[in-house]
Amino acid sequence: MPVQTIKERNAGKVGVVTIGATQEQGGTRTSVVKIGGESSLPFLHFEGEMPNKPVIAMEVVDRVPEEWNDEVKNAFTGVLDNPVAWAKKCVEGCGADLIFLRLQSADPELGNKSPEDCVKTVKDVLAAVGVPLAVVGCGVDEVDNKIIPAVAEACAGENLLLGFASQENYNTIVAACMVHKHNLIAQTPLDINICKQLNILITEMGLTADKIVLDTNIGGLGYGIEYAYSILERGRLGTLQGDRMLAMPTLGTVGFEAWKAKEANVSIEEFPGWGEQKERGILWEAMTATALLQSGLDLLVMRHPEAVKLVQKNIADLMEPSSV
Amino acid sequence: MEIIGERINGMFKDIREAIKNKDKTAVHEWAIKQTNNGAAWLDISTGAAAEDPMDAMKWLVETVQEVVNTPLAIDTTNYDIMEEALKLCKRPALINSCHADRYKIERVFPMAVKYGAKVIALAMSEESGIPKTADARVALAMELVAAADEFGLPFDDLYIDPLLLPVNVAQDHGVEAMEALRQIKLLSDPPPKTTCGLSNISQKCANRKLLNRTMLVMLMACGLDSAIADAADDDLMEAAATARIIMNKEIYCDSYIDLYKTNKY
Repeated sequence: MPVQTIKERNAGKVGVVTIGATQEQGGTRTSVVKIGGESSLPFLHFEGEMPNKPVIAMEVVDRVPEEWNDEVKNAFTGVLDNPVAWAKKCVEGCGADLIFLRLQSADPELGNKSPEDCVKTVKDVLAAVGVPLAVVGCGVDEVDNKIIPAVAEACAGENLLLGFASQENYNTIVAACMVHKHNLIAQTPLDINICKQLNILITEMGLTADKIVLDTNIGGLGYGIEYAYSILERGRLGTLQGDRMLAMPTLGTVGFEAWKAKEANVSIEEFPGWGEQKERGILWEAMTATALLQSGLDLLVMRHPEAVKLVQKNIADLMEPSSV
Repeated sequence: MEIIGERINGMFKDIREAIKNKDKTAVHEWAIKQTNNGAAWLDISTGAAAEDPMDAMKWLVETVQEVVNTPLAIDTTNYDIMEEALKLCKRPALINSCHADRYKIERVFPMAVKYGAKVIALAMSEESGIPKTADARVALAMELVAAADEFGLPFDDLYIDPLLLPVNVAQDHGVEAMEALRQIKLLSDPPPKTTCGLSNISQKCANRKLLNRTMLVMLMACGLDSAIADAADDDLMEAAATARIIMNKEIYCDSYIDLYKTNKY
């Protein structure tokens, strides 16, 4: 009896966002990253296109992240106080596709650095590595509304990915992205209705959909990952059905969420039943990433080199065309 | 919910005059207005009074396509006129309509396949007239589905109309049409699409707009995919957008009404 493969016919697809610009394109990057373009559910190569593989951005902070787990910090011994060297290590040592630079030291309570200093950090990292950059602020809206536009202006041509636009605070950063031709991260709090509405508000300002990446917010493994999973899946299904206001590639701060979990951090002495902390922590981050790849994440922001290595392998395997 | 804008019809005085005088103004205005208000299709009918219906249809089709890209629903029972109009359509059109009579199916379905058009097919025949019960409507719908398979017309290019009658004179038909819609959706996989001439429900009734939009929402809950209706009626369009949201056909956002008017489904 012949078996016919059931293939979904989809009306819509995820838009493609290009991050970075080479010399010919007006920037200084040696590589650019394209994300999105899927016309099927994740990795279903037999019924649709997946022209761009999911990519990994590694997180670099412009101050020593004292609060990070020692296991993660040990992986970057000697470069933690130097974002330039740190970024180089991520690219050269770990094969990061992008650098995700957090300008935390602009926070009045974490260094209160000026927009000029922030611009200098970004410029230095740009000079040190050839991969595209994502740059986000410190999380204090009034500060970020000064530093991100300054970065956008100083780095015009580099086609950065800038964050974050939120429902409460999006005008300034959207305008900066439009004027200086950068991409934008639209961040919403695990709520697909707000996600869609924010995209409408941003595109109504005039920034086109192919310059927007969605951070729908994720939960780490064991701490709400299933909400993130179902929202990403719902967004992809909506996209495939033709909903253009959800049809942007997605980003998830995997490292940030995974390493918040107690299970990633506590020692075997404290919880003997959980096993060694080192591999547990690495797997906590890697598992968070692999689960969310199955729900359609396009850009994973990660921390630990070993977790990155595992997920790179996972992505390479998943990108192999299936036998069907 | 695809609304097929009903307004470009020679039955209306301004369109009748426009055809007569070859004055494009009213046709252009209604094409743009219905499109901007969310019409997924524009119904094109010369009306019965046109002196040269072939010439009038061709003129209407070309005139509308001068100002909008909205696909057209060609509304005529004369299949020679239909074919000439299909040749002029820049985007695949909707044939409005075909009865469930075999000789009409044999003329219309191959024509639809040839021009990549979709077909509104009525669950009635010369013999049956408008059926009284849901069962009789569904029996004719099944013949249409079988014919689609026979002639290679994709099931979801077939828009079956269970037929609505005015609620004041044929009040018992409304629930039969609703039941028919539910059952039509079970006839094939993928199921055929469904449509109706919505404004029929309120012919010569009071509160026409209220009747129309209430019926639209009830029919949508039974599986209605499209309706020939007044796309310029804001309350109707908002009811359609809202019903889609409540039925979880579209992900909610605060601007869902505006979005419906842009997306047109």
